[in-house]
Amino acid sequence: MSERGDALLKVKGLEKHFPITKGLLQRKVGAVRAVDGIDFEVYRGETLGLVGESGCGKSTTGRLLTRLLEPTAGSIELDGRDIAHLRQGQLRPLRRDMQMIFQDPFSSLNPRHTVGSIVGAPLRIQGVKTEHGVKRAVQDLLKLVGLSPEHYNRYPHEFSGGQRQRIGIARTLALRPKLIIADEPVSALDVSIQAQVVNLLDDLQDEFGLTYVFIAHDLSVVRHISDRVAVMYLGKVVEIADRESLYKNPRHPYTVALLSAVPVPDPRRRDRTQRERVLLTGDVPSPINPPSGCRFRTRCWKAQDICATEEPPLVARLDDPASHQTACHFPIAEDETVAGRAPAKTSA
Amino acid sequence: MSGGQPFLEVKDLKIHFPTEDGLVRSVDGLNFSLERGRTLGIVGESGSGKSVTSLGIMGIYNKRNAQVSGEIWLDGEEIVSAGAETVRKLRGNKLAMIFQDPLSAMHPYYTVGKQIVEAYQVHHNVSKKVARKHTVDMLGRVGIPQPDRRVDDYPHQFSGGMRQRAMIAMALVNDPQLLIADEPTTALDVTVQAQILDLMHDLQAEFNSALIVITHDLGVVAELADDVLVMYGGRCIEFAEATTIFDRPEHPYTWGLLGSMPRMDRPNLDRLVPIPGLPPSLINLPTGCAFNPRCAYEDRTAGLGTTVQPELNRAGGSKHLVRCHLPTEERQRIWLQEIKPKLEA
Repeated sequence: MSERGDALLKVKGLEKHFPITKGLLQRKVGAVRAVDGIDFEVYRGETLGLVGESGCGKSTTGRLLTRLLEPTAGSIELDGRDIAHLRQGQLRPLRRDMQMIFQDPFSSLNPRHTVGSIVGAPLRIQGVKTEHGVKRAVQDLLKLVGLSPEHYNRYPHEFSGGQRQRIGIARTLALRPKLIIADEPVSALDVSIQAQVVNLLDDLQDEFGLTYVFIAHDLSVVRHISDRVAVMYLGKVVEIADRESLYKNPRHPYTVALLSAVPVPDPRRRDRTQRERVLLTGDVPSPINPPSGCRFRTRCWKAQDICATEEPPLVARLDDPASHQTACHFPIAEDETVAGRAPAKTSA
Repeated sequence: MSGGQPFLEVKDLKIHFPTEDGLVRSVDGLNFSLERGRTLGIVGESGSGKSVTSLGIMGIYNKRNAQVSGEIWLDGEEIVSAGAETVRKLRGNKLAMIFQDPLSAMHPYYTVGKQIVEAYQVHHNVSKKVARKHTVDMLGRVGIPQPDRRVDDYPHQFSGGMRQRAMIAMALVNDPQLLIADEPTTALDVTVQAQILDLMHDLQAEFNSALIVITHDLGVVAELADDVLVMYGGRCIEFAEATTIFDRPEHPYTWGLLGSMPRMDRPNLDRLVPIPGLPPSLINLPTGCAFNPRCAYEDRTAGLGTTVQPELNRAGGSKHLVRCHLPTEERQRIWLQEIKPKLEA
């Protein structure tokens, strides 16, 4: 990605706090800070991968971007227009530009509707004029995602998981949106089917110039599909960079730990005495009372006093280009020996 | 292990379920053996019969719904034909299982400690106090901090990783000789998965048990397994040492699995190489080779692929078995010249 298009989506200081209430009067006693001040941009035609472990706020972020949730604070600019606090009625036209693919192909399709009515719903709701009628448009969409047009009158239960995900994708594409937020679109599928859907998403992006925000926990899939990757931890973006840069020179200790934890499908590399794995201890702290300063400090082997008092800003560290930003006081250098990880040179 | 017989031997295991739609052949003639201290990885997609195999070995099936035939020899004892009571005594004692979802595998109303104590007392005639002490030891061994306090917590008070550790403790409390782990890390985050895989590896070395890991994740298999059995449509389609499966696989389905998987240790591929089509229905398996509708090399079998079911025959590697009509030399050539370069490009 040497030539970067302009930003289609600009997110600034985005926050979502879910209130915790108690008692009959629903008195507010605290808040789950699911997303707690994140900034990033998504450029036209690219794929931004959003990774992190369960509870890091990546799905909440996806729902905020599509405005299925209203943010507590911050702005979301789509094509130069702030959509963070649009009212329900104002949101409908927005859905033409922005659509979502959901994780679970079983619960995201209405079992009592036919495929035709599911895929055609966005067209009918938005009152889109179709050249040869809605039915024809839907059949074209079905062909596009690799299903047969004859599936028009069938019901979701007649399809396998992978096929259902294709139906979901056809529905997403009906309005030819600019931006698609995909929340774990392949994690419920078998490996061989997963690859089919990943390739389909790739092809559609090329064909229609789509922009994706791809939310997933599988780091290998994210590496395959993304141009840039943002890593989230406990409601914050801790590192964001071009794909190659992030996977080759991860700076944040959390990113390093996350990458080293992925099992490598090579039985010869499992010699545990010289493997390059950083084992994190403990669990992710609660987002109700996140640690002060840097949120990762409670599990970080490099943490010092400053980490508890000062929150590290998300900026370029060491000699990184401006596009590689890390929120860490003590970023990891290429040749650094990480706890439990031999430097790459000696282990070869 | 008397007379050179392997510790676990499964012979022609068949598990069929009669349904209104027809006979579901979940497992259809499976053979394998396993020694103590070794790990077998069973790989396959949903509906390939891998989980049913594990339930069959554990004897967790309803005899009214399931038709089970074949032989399972565990340490010289045959357990398919053995009575329910015999199998019950073995279960949790000589053989134990780690389930995928620790939240639904543990009882929410009882403390973690009570459930492990119960598992111990069923097989050991000891006082509650002794069993509890043993339980606390075990929880400490699997890496639960402050085990003497956490033993009185309920499952919901544990995090996902902790719960999986507690379940491993429960499985290991009776020092089982055979441990079956069905997707042990699928519900967990990667960092926790790494901890659990290391733990299972270390504990297996310590207890010298035989381990069967059932998974769809080839990464997990590469981490743990000595031997790998690839299942498709209820049958074994390839069996070999783990290194052979990753270096010189010979079944087109195994090639497809490897091509479907993006890998972080290799340069990024432009495109994944998926397997076309869908896994077969276990009621109406395709005639001939079950994989033939999805196989790119079916046309090279001179029509055998759609008519004759291939046998599980010897292949290139040591202990290597493959169920495919193509000759070994042809398969090795395809792998080396057509598939491998694409995956490593």
